[in-house]
Amino acid sequence: MKISFLKIISAFLILFTILIFFLALFVDKRYSTETIVGKQIDNFEIKFLLSNRTFKKNDLSKDQYHLINIWASWCLPCKKEHPTLMNLKKEKNLSLIGINFKDKKLNASGFLKELGNPYDISLIDKNGTSSIMFGVYGVPESILIDKKHNIVLKFIGPLSTKDYKTILKLINEK
Amino acid sequence: MKNNFLIILICLFSFELSANENISLETKIFKNLRCIICQGQSIAESNSDFAQTIKIVVRDKIGQGENEKEIYEFLSEKYGEWIIYRPKFNFVNSFLWFSPYIVLLLGGLLIFKYFRKRKQ
Amino acid sequence: MLSSAGNILLTGSILFTFLIIYLSFQNLREKNFKIGKDLVYLSVFQITFIIASFILLTFGFVFSDFSLLAVYQNSHTSKPIFYKIAGVWGNHEGSLLLWINIMVIFSYLFLVFNNKSNKSYSLYTLLVQNILILGFLIFLISSSNPFFKILPVPLEGLGLNPILQDPALVIHPPLLYLGFVGSSIYFSAAMGAILSNIEGKNFASSIKTWVLISWSFQSLGIIFGSIWAYYELGWGGFWFWDPVENASLIPWFCMTALAHSVLVLEKRNYLYNWVLILSLITFISSVTGTFLVRSGILNSVHTFANDPSRGLYILIFLSLMIGFSFVIFIKRRISDKFYVEPLSKETFILSNNWFMMFYLATVFIGTVYPIFTQVLYDTKISVGPPFYNAVIAPVIIPFLIFMALGPKINWIKQKYDGLKSFILILILSCFINFLIFFFFKSYNFISNLIIISSLFLIIHSAKDFILKAKTKLHFNFSSFLSHIGFGFLIFFIILNHNFSKEFDLNIKVGETKKMGNMEIKFNNLKIEERENYNAVIGYFNIFDSEKKYQKRLNPEIRVYENPQTLTFESSIITNLKQDLYLTMSNLDGSEFYNIKFQIKPFMLWIWFAALLTASGGLVRIFIKK
Repeated sequence: MKISFLKIISAFLILFTILIFFLALFVDKRYSTETIVGKQIDNFEIKFLLSNRTFKKNDLSKDQYHLINIWASWCLPCKKEHPTLMNLKKEKNLSLIGINFKDKKLNASGFLKELGNPYDISLIDKNGTSSIMFGVYGVPESILIDKKHNIVLKFIGPLSTKDYKTILKLINEK
Repeated sequence: MKNNFLIILICLFSFELSANENISLETKIFKNLRCIICQGQSIAESNSDFAQTIKIVVRDKIGQGENEKEIYEFLSEKYGEWIIYRPKFNFVNSFLWFSPYIVLLLGGLLIFKYFRKRKQ
Repeated sequence: MLSSAGNILLTGSILFTFLIIYLSFQNLREKNFKIGKDLVYLSVFQITFIIASFILLTFGFVFSDFSLLAVYQNSHTSKPIFYKIAGVWGNHEGSLLLWINIMVIFSYLFLVFNNKSNKSYSLYTLLVQNILILGFLIFLISSSNPFFKILPVPLEGLGLNPILQDPALVIHPPLLYLGFVGSSIYFSAAMGAILSNIEGKNFASSIKTWVLISWSFQSLGIIFGSIWAYYELGWGGFWFWDPVENASLIPWFCMTALAHSVLVLEKRNYLYNWVLILSLITFISSVTGTFLVRSGILNSVHTFANDPSRGLYILIFLSLMIGFSFVIFIKRRISDKFYVEPLSKETFILSNNWFMMFYLATVFIGTVYPIFTQVLYDTKISVGPPFYNAVIAPVIIPFLIFMALGPKINWIKQKYDGLKSFILILILSCFINFLIFFFFKSYNFISNLIIISSLFLIIHSAKDFILKAKTKLHFNFSSFLSHIGFGFLIFFIILNHNFSKEFDLNIKVGETKKMGNMEIKFNNLKIEERENYNAVIGYFNIFDSEKKYQKRLNPEIRVYENPQTLTFESSIITNLKQDLYLTMSNLDGSEFYNIKFQIKPFMLWIWFAALLTASGGLVRIFIKK
C-alpha cells in the first residue's frame, strides 16, 4: 500500500512539473510593468530644465491627466516618438511632463528647439536617480497618471500609434 | 574527558560570534539586486548604465539612513520582486525555503529505516 | 555543395539508426540473443556518418562557407581560426550535432567494450540508446539543421559573440557534453537492465566505468566554465548560481551519488532500485537542463537562440522519456530487501547520496521556482546566490565530516576505534581555524564551522593516506584525491569568500584615488586596433603603501564590429596568495570611467583544488587494480 502511495505522489509531481513547463513556454516573458501600474505616485521633487526651481508632486494639477515622458537627446527612439508627443500636446485633458534623462542641458534645449517642444513642463534628471521613482528601465518611457495621481499605464520604448490611440481614449472618457 | 573539555573550550573560543561583516552594506545590497536589463548579472557586477543609476540611488538612500529592508521594499515596489535575488519569506515562497530541508529530513528517515530493520 | 553533402550524411545516420533499432528489436522479439555482424557493421556506418557530418560542419566553419545558415549566423572571415572551430559548437545547431556525436560514440564504445555481458542486456541497451539518438536526430533535422542553406550566399557572416571567444570556452562545451550526454549510456543501460532482468552486480560493474568517465568530464567541464566566467565575464566571481550553471550542476550531483552507490551494488548487491533510479534521472536531468536553457523560459547569461517550438519538441521528448522509464521501472518489481549496520561503508555511501539529493533538490527547486511562481501566481521572482548560500552552507558541515570518515570505514561492519584520532583532528582543526580567525580576520559563525569541517576533512584524509602508505595495504588513491581535493576546494572558497575585497569607483585619466590602504592611479588611455576588434586600454598603477608594492594593471574595453558588441576585459595579476582583478567600463556622456578593483585571495588554489577533485575520477579510470 505504502509503495503505491509513493508511486502516485511521484507520478503526480512529475506530471505537475511538466505541465508547468509546458505552460511556461507560452507565458510572455518580457518585462512587466504591472508592479507599478495602479499605484499612487510617490512624492517626488525634480529640477526644472531651465531654472533652478523644483517641481513637486503637489504641483500636479487635479483636473488633468498627466503623461510623464522620459527622454534624452542622445536617444534615437525618442526622435521617433517625438511627432506623437507633438500630437498629444494638442489635447486639452492632458498635461505633458518631460523629464530629460542623463543628458547635457545644452543638447537637451537644442533638441527641443530643433524638433519643437511638446512639453508643458520640462524637468531634468541629470544622473537618472529621480526617474527610479517611476520604475524606469531606460529611455524613452512614458507614464500616464490620472486625475487622482494614480499610475494608469506605463509604456516602455517609443510610443506607437496604437499607444497614442489608447491614451486618447483614456483621457477623453466620460 | 580532559580532551572533551579542551575541545569545548577551543570551540567556544573560536566561535565567538562576530557581527562585523567584512563586506560593506553597500556591496551587500548591490550583490542582492538584479540588473534587470542585463543577462543574469547583479548590480554589483554590471557595467550597464542602469546599474550605475541604481548604485547612486542605493548610496543616497544609505546616506539618508534607510536600512537594507527599506531599500529593498522601495525598489521592489518600483520594479517588482524580480529585482531582489534573495526571495522574500512569504506564503508563496515558503515552499522554496522549506522543501530542501523536507527532502533532507525524509532522506535521513529513509536511511534510518534501513538501520532499524535489523533489530526486529 | 556542403549543405547537400551534410544533409546526405545526416539522412544516412538516421537510416542506420533506424536499422539498428529495427534489427535489435527483431532479434529481441525472436529471442535471438546475440549481437550479429550486421549490427556491428551498422554501428560502424552510423558512427562514421555522424562523425563525418561533424567534420563537414567544421570545414564549413573553417573555410567560412556562408551558404550554411549556421556558419553565416555564427562566424566571420576575420575571426581567428581557433575561434572559427569553436564556432561549430558555439551555437544551437552545431552543439546539438556535437551532442548526437557523443551519444553515438558512447553507444558504439559501449557495444564494443561491453561484449562480455549478457547479450539480451546489450541488445536492449543498444535499442534504447538508438531510440534516443533517433529522437535527437529528428529534432536536429526538423528544427535545427546545421546544414540549412541560404540563398543568395552572403559575402560575410555575422560573427560569434565575442564573450564566447575564449580558450576556456572552446573546450568547455565538449567536456561538459562528454559528461552529461555521456550519461545517456547508463540511462539506456538501466532500461536494458530492467528489461532484460540482469543481476544487480553485473549491471553495476558494466556501468561503473561509464559513470566515472562522465563524472570526470562533467567536473572538468564545470571547472572550465567557471574559469571562463572568472576571466571573461569580468565580474570577478566564478560561480553565479545562474540557471545554466545550475543545469550543469544538477546532473553532476546525480553522477556523484551514482559513482558512490554503484560501489555498494557491485560489492554487496544492495540498492539495485536506487542505482537504477539514479542512472535514469542523471540523463533525465541533463535533458531537463537542456530544455530549460534552450527553450528560453529562464533568464540567463548564456543565450542560445530561443524558439518556443524547439522548447516544445524537447519537452515532448523529455515527457516521453520520463513516462516510459517511469512505467517500465514501476512495472518491474525487484525485491531489494536489505539492512545496513549504522557503522559501515554502506551507511557512509548512503549518507553521501543523502546529501547529494539534498543539494540536487535545493538547486532544482531554486532554478525552477521562478517558473512556477510566474505560471501559478503571475509574479516574477529571482532566486539568486543569497538563497543558495543560505540554504546550502549549513549542510556542508556534516557533509564534510561524513566525507572525512567514510573512506576509512570497512564494508559490512566495523567497531569504531577512531574516536581518539577523531577528537585530536577536530581539536587541531579548531585550533587552525582559531589561528586564522585571530591573526587575520573575523568571519561569521557558519564560516567558522565550515572551515573547521573542511580542515577536518583535509587532515583526516592526509592522516589516512600516510598511515595506509606505511602499512602498504590496499588504498583507494582516487577517492583520497577527490576527497582531499574537495576539502581544499571548500576551504579556499570560504577563505576567498571572507577575505575578498572589492572597490567600485569612478575615475578619470590622471586621477589618483584611495582604496582602503591602497591607491590607484589612472595613468593613460590608449586605443589600439587588433585583429578583429578595437581595444580601449586603460593603464593603471596600484600602490600599496603598507606592503610597498606597485603593480600595473591594464584592463580593456573591446569594441567588436561583427557583431557590434562591447566586452570588458579584466586585467588580472595572479600569484600564489591572491589575484588582483581590475575591470573598467565607460560611463556614457562623461570623461569618468567606472572601475571595479578586487583582491581575491587563493584563486589559483581554488582552481587547483577543483582539478584535484576531478582528477580522482580520471585516476580511477586509468589505474585499475
